[in-house]
Amino acid sequence: MSLGPHADFIIASYALTAFVIAAMVAWVVLDYSAQRRVLGELEERGVGRRARNEGQS
Amino acid sequence: MALIDLANPTRFLRLVNAVLPWLAAATAILFAIGLYRAVGAPDDYQQGATVKIMFLHVPAAWLGMMGWGLMSVAALGTLVWRHPLADVAGKAAAPIGAAFTFICLVTGSLWGRPTWGTYWVWDARLTSMLVLLLLYLGVLALYWTAEDPGRGARAAAILSLVGAVNLPIIKFSVDWWNTLHQPASILRTGGSAIDPSILTPLLIMAAAFTCLFFTLHLAVMRNEILRRRVRTMQLMEAQRFAEAGA
Repeated sequence: MSLGPHADFIIASYALTAFVIAAMVAWVVLDYSAQRRVLGELEERGVGRRARNEGQS
Repeated sequence: MALIDLANPTRFLRLVNAVLPWLAAATAILFAIGLYRAVGAPDDYQQGATVKIMFLHVPAAWLGMMGWGLMSVAALGTLVWRHPLADVAGKAAAPIGAAFTFICLVTGSLWGRPTWGTYWVWDARLTSMLVLLLLYLGVLALYWTAEDPGRGARAAAILSLVGAVNLPIIKFSVDWWNTLHQPASILRTGGSAIDPSILTPLLIMAAAFTCLFFTLHLAVMRNEILRRRVRTMQLMEAQRFAEAGA
């Protein structure tokens, strides 16, 4: 496959798009694991459970 | 399950957890097919090989606009119906829409240099697309800087509705003004003006980008729901400490 005299522009476009998409995916995955971790820590300290119990009483 | 049942974040999270792996798999498959077809697509008789940039630029432009459309509908849900997930949906769409608009603008510039001889002109289509990116950044700033999340959400919803005026301007700018940007060649009366050898990979890539958009959108919505749970629990914990100390 030959990209002709403007190969640099084509490669730059695909590289930039791949970078932006990879950055978005990484942000989503890291944010998800961070929220799960903090939520787990809070539940371990009984924050959610205690509130639910108080709500039931 | 009725649509209104999805207003419950717990049910929504259950649905997202079930749908997300399938949507991610569909995205990967569509990208694999789309990129294979894009590599094999013939050169355009005028643009040469730079037509391959169109396989990224056009879907990114569509999704940049679709993201704002989604935010406008979500804004109605926030302001009129106070739907619990509407603000989450709007907030989640903003960074994704901004990223696609950014891809559209940069790949457009990289296509413009060899084809038009310039990276940028202040033409109506390019300028209105740049305005869209600035509007996205404005909405993100409102979400990120508001001390009260509720007020930030309402301000962002109002900006989303006002900014929707820009969508028809982007779409019809090439018809209303004399622009360097070519007029519509896919979605137009009389059918597409593009040869099937180029149109087919373009549409597959558009489907891949659309699947990617919704995969990311659902994942970001899930993160946002978890973040709000964390915030609520942290506030509850702080209140308990305050009461214990008093």
